[in-house]
Amino acid sequence: MDALILSRIQFGLTIAFHYIFPPMSIGLSVLLVIMEGMYLKTKNEIYQQMTHFWVKIFGLIFALGVATGIVMEFEFGTNWATYSRYVGDVFGSALAAEGIFAFFMESGFLAILLFGWNRVKPGVHFLSTIFVSFGAHFSAVWIVVANSWQQTPAGHHVVGTGVYERAEIVDFWRMVFNPSSIDRLSHTLCGAWQAGAFLVLSVSAYYLLRKRHLDFARRSFKIALIIAAVSSILQLATGHYSAIVVEKHQPVKLAAFEAHYPASESAPYHLFGIVNEKEERVDYGIAIPGLLSFLLHFDADAPVTGLKAFPPDKRPPVAVVFQTYHFMVIIGTGLIALSWLGLFLWWRKKLLNYRWLLFVFVLSVLGPQLANQLGWFSAEIGRQPFIVYNLLRTSEGISKAVNANQVVTSLILFGIIYLLLLALFIYLMNEKIQHGPVDSDFVKEVQRA
Amino acid sequence: MNIVFDLNTVSFVLVGLLFTGYAVLDGFDLGVGALHLFTKTDEQRRLMLNAIGPVWDGNEVWLVTGGGALFAAFPRVYATVFSGFYMAFMIFLFGLIFRAVAIEFRSKEPMKWWRNLWDISFSVSSIVSSFVLGVALGNIIRGIPLDADGEYIGTFWTLINPYAILVGITTVALFSMHGAIYVVMKTEGPLHEKIRGWVNKTIIFFIVCYISTTMITLIYIPHMIIYFREYPILFGIPFINMVAIANIPREIIHRNNFRAFLSSCAAMMALMTIFGIGIFPNLVHSLPLAENSLTIYNAASSPKTLSIILTIAVIGVPVVLAYTVSVYWIFRGKVKLDASSY
Repeated sequence: MDALILSRIQFGLTIAFHYIFPPMSIGLSVLLVIMEGMYLKTKNEIYQQMTHFWVKIFGLIFALGVATGIVMEFEFGTNWATYSRYVGDVFGSALAAEGIFAFFMESGFLAILLFGWNRVKPGVHFLSTIFVSFGAHFSAVWIVVANSWQQTPAGHHVVGTGVYERAEIVDFWRMVFNPSSIDRLSHTLCGAWQAGAFLVLSVSAYYLLRKRHLDFARRSFKIALIIAAVSSILQLATGHYSAIVVEKHQPVKLAAFEAHYPASESAPYHLFGIVNEKEERVDYGIAIPGLLSFLLHFDADAPVTGLKAFPPDKRPPVAVVFQTYHFMVIIGTGLIALSWLGLFLWWRKKLLNYRWLLFVFVLSVLGPQLANQLGWFSAEIGRQPFIVYNLLRTSEGISKAVNANQVVTSLILFGIIYLLLLALFIYLMNEKIQHGPVDSDFVKEVQRA
Repeated sequence: MNIVFDLNTVSFVLVGLLFTGYAVLDGFDLGVGALHLFTKTDEQRRLMLNAIGPVWDGNEVWLVTGGGALFAAFPRVYATVFSGFYMAFMIFLFGLIFRAVAIEFRSKEPMKWWRNLWDISFSVSSIVSSFVLGVALGNIIRGIPLDADGEYIGTFWTLINPYAILVGITTVALFSMHGAIYVVMKTEGPLHEKIRGWVNKTIIFFIVCYISTTMITLIYIPHMIIYFREYPILFGIPFINMVAIANIPREIIHRNNFRAFLSSCAAMMALMTIFGIGIFPNLVHSLPLAENSLTIYNAASSPKTLSIILTIAVIGVPVVLAYTVSVYWIFRGKVKLDASSY
């Protein structure tokens, strides 16, 4: 294997592993704000206990997010040096803004959130929780802006020749609000809220099944259920608008989502299927004729530009994009169904009678995790063979100073270390969950202070 | 040889400022890591960790932001250095990963082997990270082989030269000194007295390294002293540096621990300034072909982007300083272990 494919695997591995954590912390931060706010409003100690417990979980998730996040920034330079030279003028500003406007806010207030219980007044602590949440959301803003610029570049012009060719900013705000920024950001944030909410649902459902910490579990479950239901529906809407933007600005990616080959015809929507790239069709699938056209244009007969309208060297690998996209949609639909069924049964006060459903909720934490990963895979692989859509090919973006042996070495090390971290993360999460929220010493100590 | 305060120079100063913030702040928590294994009891080790507990993560953000600013302002430097130093930076990253999780994981389990494992991991990764940073710095000072396109053409072993190793060791010494002073400031009782005894040792260790590095630099790396020769007033900065270092033992004896720490911070700022003046206007000196060097002009982004970054900095940096000062203020005083501690 050459340095290109190895670098792609390494970036994919490290970003996918990193992306387990930030969505959970973004989503969980919203729940923390609600829980702590409820405590300050009601003075009911159960909300204090909830806040403490979920803050500890948050701390663990955040630590892994930090540890794996710095890798990402470095890899732009280490593995994708030519890309960095090409985009630095545009992309770098967004990264610098992320550091200054988001990470500092997040880390500063996180210190108070985690360690400041006895050091600041409850109101100040609550404010810190809110700022941690803002900071977490802002970091998503800037990195998604930067990524969206790679998908739908705007606000730049290309100057220079040879090794000096690069994109330069002409309009900062057009770069920031490039055509896909808002839709992709809202889609990403909804996914993050889902990740946080379903994590809380899963742990609470586990306690409910085991009949442990019942009051704690019921209240956590209720808050999380509402967020899960709302964000899952919003996710459908933001996904819909994202797809419209993709069709308009990256038509070849949209065609790959659906493996829609005909150059310009009404497009069906496949519930599932297997792409036959050689014959350029979908086998063993169930398709609803005209549905994709209808979703995009409110007209089942409207033509959708297909893959054949693009030369093969500008098409992404269709089968992978199709499958990741479709599994994301399937899981997303499942999460809507699950959360609204849960909400309905909760309202009828019957949910706790359905043990199988609680069991499904225990597993549901994996839903947003998988859907978020699959969504990013379809978005990023769908952008191939370009690293910056229609401007720079991925193959042109790699570091010339780095050879395959070096990347193999670092890739193997990342593989081993991340496997170890994942095992430790799951082990420690399980420990915390088994230990439960009852942490009487801690509550007493805080009260004494 | 005139210094012109144009957009590029100001951007250079900004990136330097961010990395100085990183050195001064993360420097002490890396140093605490380097000294960690010299403390023996579980309680003392927890005190060490919790002394940096609320701040180490924010300290590391200075690196992330400095990196982002370098990427934005001087993308060709970012690309060349990061890809050229590939394996070195990978080791640095693994160090940072192990450090972060060691701090978080260590006190989560009571088992002795578990805690020992993460203690070792924390300490070794702190030393390795500091050392690699120093080696990278040493190579930037000394110069690295670049081709006409500004691409690195050496290998991993090019980076492992005596001068770079010396700067690496000096960095570990500097951070250990800085960390020891920080711990003295943040602790009381037996740990405090113990570390107080170490401060002078770390200072001596650092001064020995520092004098050797300086002499070798003066003799073998003439391009570092061009501006000092041109503007003798700049010698004020090494002078401030020496006064600041000399002041540390004095403050420690008088138990003015906070002032000792400020002295140490001032010394590090002076060192970073010396480094900045030394390499200016280059960012990466090319050795042997100096004409291939990456400068603040040939490696820079467009004036438009530089002014965007400076705007972001003008808005952002005061806010960042406010956060930083607030957090250090809220967590002022001696560290005490409670239920939210590591």
